Amino acid sequence: MAVTTYEESATNSPSVYSQYVRPSSHRYKNAKKGLPFNVMLVGPSGLGRRTFLNTLCERAIVIPDDGENAETTKLPEAMKIQHYTVDIEEDGMRILLNVIDTPGFGDSIDNSDNFKEIQDYLEYQFDEVLEEENRIKRNPKFRDGRVHALLYFITPTGHSLREIDIELMRRLGSRVNVIPIIGRADSMTVDELKKFKKRIMQDIDFYRIPVYMFPTVDDDDEETIEENNELRASLPFAVVGCEEVVEKDNRPVRARLYPWGAVEVDNEEHSDFDRLRYVLLNSHIGDLREITQNMLYENYRTEKLSLEDNDDEDKETSSQASSN
Amino acid sequence: MSKQQSVKLTDYVGFDTIAAQIGKKIFKKGLNFNIMLVGESGSGKTTLVNTIFSKNFLESSGRKQAAEKSRKTTEILITTSVLTESNAKVRLTVIDTPGFGEQINNENCWVPLVKYIKDQHVAYLENEIKPERERVIPDTRVHVCLYFLNSGYRGLRQIDIEVLKRLCEVVNVVPVLSKADTLTVDEKMKVKEKVREAIELHRINIYPQPNPQDDQAEIELNNKVKKVMPFAVVGSNLTYEEDGEIIKGRKNPWGIINIENKDHCDFVLMRDFLLRTHLIDLVEVTSYKYYESFRTEQLQHIRDMRGAQPAQTTQQAQQTQQAQQVQPTQPTQQAQSANPFSIAIPAQQAKSPSFTKPSVQSSRKYISNALSK
Repeated sequence: MAVTTYEESATNSPSVYSQYVRPSSHRYKNAKKGLPFNVMLVGPSGLGRRTFLNTLCERAIVIPDDGENAETTKLPEAMKIQHYTVDIEEDGMRILLNVIDTPGFGDSIDNSDNFKEIQDYLEYQFDEVLEEENRIKRNPKFRDGRVHALLYFITPTGHSLREIDIELMRRLGSRVNVIPIIGRADSMTVDELKKFKKRIMQDIDFYRIPVYMFPTVDDDDEETIEENNELRASLPFAVVGCEEVVEKDNRPVRARLYPWGAVEVDNEEHSDFDRLRYVLLNSHIGDLREITQNMLYENYRTEKLSLEDNDDEDKETSSQASSN
Repeated sequence: MSKQQSVKLTDYVGFDTIAAQIGKKIFKKGLNFNIMLVGESGSGKTTLVNTIFSKNFLESSGRKQAAEKSRKTTEILITTSVLTESNAKVRLTVIDTPGFGEQINNENCWVPLVKYIKDQHVAYLENEIKPERERVIPDTRVHVCLYFLNSGYRGLRQIDIEVLKRLCEVVNVVPVLSKADTLTVDEKMKVKEKVREAIELHRINIYPQPNPQDDQAEIELNNKVKKVMPFAVVGSNLTYEEDGEIIKGRKNPWGIINIENKDHCDFVLMRDFLLRTHLIDLVEVTSYKYYESFRTEQLQHIRDMRGAQPAQTTQQAQQTQQAQQVQPTQPTQQAQSANPFSIAIPAQQAKSPSFTKPSVQSSRKYISNALSK
């Protein structure tokens, strides 16, 4: 699979737009070196994935699809995997954000291969770590590419999850923390959004789709538990992305301008973007990394090693059998 | 020898009431209008039709409950309603296509669509060439197909191109950008441009097509419409009050979208286009273009078959649903090469019945022939 990497080395100053002021007890101390954080964006074209990335980083990291050339639509749109590395400063914490985009997902007539490609990518990262761990002489510059969160963009249909949505989240939920997101959420009214979110969560429950549920442990304090309950209740996050800045009440505000009004990206009543940003880059960055390393990776490791063990056992028994 | 002369009348005679007379006759006969909706679930198809007719008479076919299973293929769902407006009556049939484009693998998702359209041509032809036919042939032919494009995508997707190409061969296609309330004015312009570019590049013949019989006014109107296409629409039957006015639209925390405001969306343009200016044209074009070419093809085929085997009457494939005389078992060696119609020519054959309905198998055959071109 083709992987392209784009590097951005300038450090972002803290967010000008974020209105999220809730203090959080999840703080991370790794300020100097920079905390590596790998996020994958998956979803069909047209749901604002790239705009989301630019909105998250508060500058143009990637040029959103301004429409492929009419000519290129003749070629089958195979899925590509693209990397963007951005240095972000958040609350005094330095984050080495690595975003993995998957343009072309779900855009072909036949998308059955897309899942496997993403799954392979995720498992490959695990394999790399496994190999590195087992080395006698380890590489000090080893880059941990394990994906800590996968943001899955759901089409705002107003109905329920589509087959491709269910399949993807199901298949990948055991390899990565899946956070479902409703893209272009400004296509729904408050009512429609409420109902849509409810239906999606019902689907997730019914089909037992493993998504990141903001888990709490028994010894968490009250505030944390409440916070997580609230976040869980807002799933999936309804996101609107935008890079244009307009002025409102003498403040710079990121908003999409329509003839009938302006959708403010950072306004809690208009979109969950700010909340999601805080979760990803601040309050839950630690949890997402921990779960990836201590649970998802460990499960994979156990699976893989026991497979190899079984293979060895089989070889032994068969050689025994043949020698008898 | 007859001669033709053009005479300009000086006194009022009164036959300019022809239009009203024709209108009266048409409505007595009953006008059938058949719309097919093609687009992914949740693209706003049902809402749009309800908005066009200002009444929530259609129900969405989308999956709304966790326990409901996703459809595994494109299905055809037909709803017929009789609509009355002053003294005009229209029998509106809406053909919904749930399941379209929703699978992980959407290969051949257009096949049930094209099949349905062609089946209606078959049924019409069958009725038309009956020796004793009805005074009014029930018209179930699809007059217009509204193709719903994803307004987020900048241009046409691969699946759009494939399906549009095939649909345009058999029906009038009008592309629609629904849920256009997520596009800013700039974005709307860009998306429309990209779509028009792609349509031209891939030579997709959407409606309206230029017609040598059009007069200047019609040509102008069509050009005006083409500049707006694809229609960027928003659908809603909800009303809100703003500044003492009743607005039909959608209300958000950031504003109210007025669907009848031309600056907000093209809904009014599209509705007028479909119902107030081009409705009859859509019906006519279906008849003289798509149906006619189908008819010519079929009858030519029959003539060729007859020409090839003059002694034999055209035989029918095994499955027949014949209301008239029961056909004695026919030799089946011709089953594969048989055309969909088995038409007995009264002069040659007195015994065999007039004809039989084409079997499902044979109608698939001619579709696969057409598709393989």
